[in-house]
Amino acid sequence: MNCLTAHSPSDKGAVRNGRPLLRERGQHEVFCGLTGIIWLHRKIQDAFFLIVGSRTCAHLMQSAAGVMIFAEPRFGTAVIEERDLAGLADMHGELNRVVENLLDRRPDIRLLFLVGSCPSEVIKLDLERAAEHLSRAYAPDVRVLAYSGSGIETTFTQGEDACLASLVPVLPQEPDTADRSLLVVGTLPDVVEDQFLRLFTALGIEPVRFLPPRRSTDLPAVGPQTSFLLAQPFLDGTVRALEKRGAQRLAAPFPLGAEGTTAWLAAAAAAWGIDPERFQQATELGKKRAERALERYRDRLAGKRVFFFPDSQLEVPLARFLANELSVDLVEVGTPYFHQDYLAPEVDLLPPDVTLSEGQHVDKQLERCRAARPDLVVCGLGLANPLEAEGLTTKWSIELVFSPIQGYEQAGDLAELFAQPLDRRQRLGV
Amino acid sequence: MKLTVWTYEGPPHVGAMRVATAMEGLHYVLHAPQGDTYADLLFTMIERRSKRPPVTYTTFQARDLGSDTAELFKTAAREAYERFRPQAMIVGSSCTAELLQDDPGGLASALALPIPVIPLDLPSYQKKENWGAAETFYRLVRAFAGAAGQRSAAEPRERRPGARPRCNLLGPTALGFRHRDDVREVTDLLGRMGVDVHVVAPLGATPADLARLGEADFNVALYPEVANVAAQWLKRTFGQPLVATVPIGVGATRDFVDEVARVAGVDPAPALAGEPSRLPWYSHSVDSTYLTGKRVFIFGDATHVLAAARVAAEEFGFTVAGLGTYSREFAREVREAARAHDVEALITDDYLEVEAAVADLQPELVLGTQMERHVAKRLGIPCAVISAPVHVQDYPARYSPQMGFEGANVLFDTWVHPLMMGLEEHLITMFRDDFEFHDGAAPSHLGTAALRADRASEPEPAVPSRLSADEAAIGWAEEAELELRKVPFFVRGKARRNTERFAHEQGVGLITVETLYDAKAHFSR
Repeated sequence: MNCLTAHSPSDKGAVRNGRPLLRERGQHEVFCGLTGIIWLHRKIQDAFFLIVGSRTCAHLMQSAAGVMIFAEPRFGTAVIEERDLAGLADMHGELNRVVENLLDRRPDIRLLFLVGSCPSEVIKLDLERAAEHLSRAYAPDVRVLAYSGSGIETTFTQGEDACLASLVPVLPQEPDTADRSLLVVGTLPDVVEDQFLRLFTALGIEPVRFLPPRRSTDLPAVGPQTSFLLAQPFLDGTVRALEKRGAQRLAAPFPLGAEGTTAWLAAAAAAWGIDPERFQQATELGKKRAERALERYRDRLAGKRVFFFPDSQLEVPLARFLANELSVDLVEVGTPYFHQDYLAPEVDLLPPDVTLSEGQHVDKQLERCRAARPDLVVCGLGLANPLEAEGLTTKWSIELVFSPIQGYEQAGDLAELFAQPLDRRQRLGV
Repeated sequence: MKLTVWTYEGPPHVGAMRVATAMEGLHYVLHAPQGDTYADLLFTMIERRSKRPPVTYTTFQARDLGSDTAELFKTAAREAYERFRPQAMIVGSSCTAELLQDDPGGLASALALPIPVIPLDLPSYQKKENWGAAETFYRLVRAFAGAAGQRSAAEPRERRPGARPRCNLLGPTALGFRHRDDVREVTDLLGRMGVDVHVVAPLGATPADLARLGEADFNVALYPEVANVAAQWLKRTFGQPLVATVPIGVGATRDFVDEVARVAGVDPAPALAGEPSRLPWYSHSVDSTYLTGKRVFIFGDATHVLAAARVAAEEFGFTVAGLGTYSREFAREVREAARAHDVEALITDDYLEVEAAVADLQPELVLGTQMERHVAKRLGIPCAVISAPVHVQDYPARYSPQMGFEGANVLFDTWVHPLMMGLEEHLITMFRDDFEFHDGAAPSHLGTAALRADRASEPEPAVPSRLSADEAAIGWAEEAELELRKVPFFVRGKARRNTERFAHEQGVGLITVETLYDAKAHFSR
């Protein structure tokens, strides 16, 4: 790609799902895919994430979460040093040594991810080969896989996609003769998983499995009998890997808010041929509770003008939730990548006049944001305080990734996350 | 390759950002992949800065690598100039861009921007944050002060008759530990002596201010990690004397006043008059008896640990049980200080080594960074923070300097706060089974009693220590374990280790109550 056009501000001619899409290229104020380790290492409780990278990667990991998780985290960085680059040390030998030390220290680890970074990608360090070699060396106690969380290839949540995609080839094969099974794909908080499991049971859908699992020894089986629902919108690579294993994706909106959750469950119910009355019975209670919880926030959020900066790819489903269930007025919905295949059911539900943007030129986007003077700006940690200081009200987008927000029982909590900053600004008298 | 979990210092380009963000009218164009923009939040979140750091990142992606990342850099630099109109620009690479070898300096000069552009060469795979800050500051000082005209170092510096002496304060940056408050405190202190502060840099300085550095009579290096390279160059170039005493603690502040008085030819008396700090009296007051001889472990950057060791020993009456730094550049000075306190210096940037040392020494107070705060919390040892890196709560809203006489007051309050107060400590030792005033209770003013109570019934956390396998293999008789439980929790770890060491030395395989008290007698001084 020619760089002048690559860096040129915008491509207003693009159209997605019949909607105009503003595509921008410039400074991207986003995290790299390594950041996904912050939640992935808590989710898969016997996995360790070893970044092969630089001091910058290690510094990012301790800074990104805002606070350090000091309970002996299950991640670390093998920092590449001058002597590695100068060829004075054999890098594969060095990596073997680091892994050996690590596994000695942490005998509880069953799954080790070698995570590629910008520097390891640029010097073309072959981590997949290293992972195969190490996997053979440590079998059967420890399985070693590799994926890239580098900033040159992945934006924030795409790191989870790369991680899950690396898991797909090692998932057990589901026999062709097995009953039909449902796989829910994308990290969900444990409490949300348990709620969904109860709902699927009430619908008569089973077995239901989750990717990623809570333990690596509990990998879900997959095969042609598997249908899967995406719990997160950023899993393109994982989808393709699962389809290669013969699994079929059920298209659906994402389970945010009462509307999204109902539509998401309905996609599975339709595939299983569940009769509408049973669906109604199984979901009615949760749906009513969600609507009741949202009622309290509608007065506070209705008519508020909201601007989304690109961050996690959750922006479009979140915007749909705010617009349809809380009558929020959307100014601009920015997302790092717009996957039209997965977002089509969401876009169909969006109000017609929303500005969608993909990619980022942060200074230009800030100009648009200041000019629009929205009531609430959803943005990353680097931008939030400067915008607050300019008198705008902000919601840190990272909290939307780190909080249980999916499903009926969390619909109110999700609304609360947006209402809170407005509430604070209203209360403060100084 | 080196396995790292937490790091004391970021990469060198973060040091450059600390300088750029501290200054006004300077912009940093950083050739870096997307994701490296995380560094912005250090400033906007941890330090709660209300402006974005003046940094433009090229945020190149994999698809750009095959084409022309150099062109991307030029576009970013040109757009940054047009948008922000800075007085000057610094340009450089982060770790990944360093591998691309695009030469940001050469590319920027090809743009022929109408402002000075200073290229930075910060080797990411060798150096770290503080080095990056020092190097960036030095390059800027050379570029601007140097351009303002040199003068011979031998040429005597004459002041206009009747004019007050002027000095520069060098070293304070963005994301520094209490830098903003230290500058105010030291400026006030110098003012009382009739000395004016000419330029503070990098904090709050513009490139034009840097050009005026040579006009001052002398320099004060507040933070040698950042200031020294530039200060030495200013000394050579302009013959400006350097005041090297860092005024942290009452003693060092008095020394600082004396040194400034000598260099500036002013009277130190006005700055020392009265009782400028409450620390000496507080330390002499009888309540502080409980501080005497407390064993303290100190770790952080060199400036703050050197100062803390002196303050701990001379101004609190503590015993320095361990001393170390992650600032390898100052290893020699820290080793010297350690020798003076009869301990071995720990020079490392591996927090696991620090944790093992703390576990092994079982100090009664840890003075460290946010890393040591976590380590101490895990080990149940009180801790106060004295050095970067620090959390958001270490940027207090109130005026809270470390330097000068007010800084000494702050040190007294901060270091004493996590400790059990005098009589409380005695009462806990006497009556261990009181249900609410028990052994596992935290100092009552800290209000975390419930949390500590849980710990009282738990085994001590397993932490890698330097105990030999032999020592670890020694067993405890049940009644000896029970007796050990009666030792207050804040010294129990030390008692356990001392007893095991004693047992090992004496060839005792099973520790009994008798062994416990033999060891107590053996180690009592």
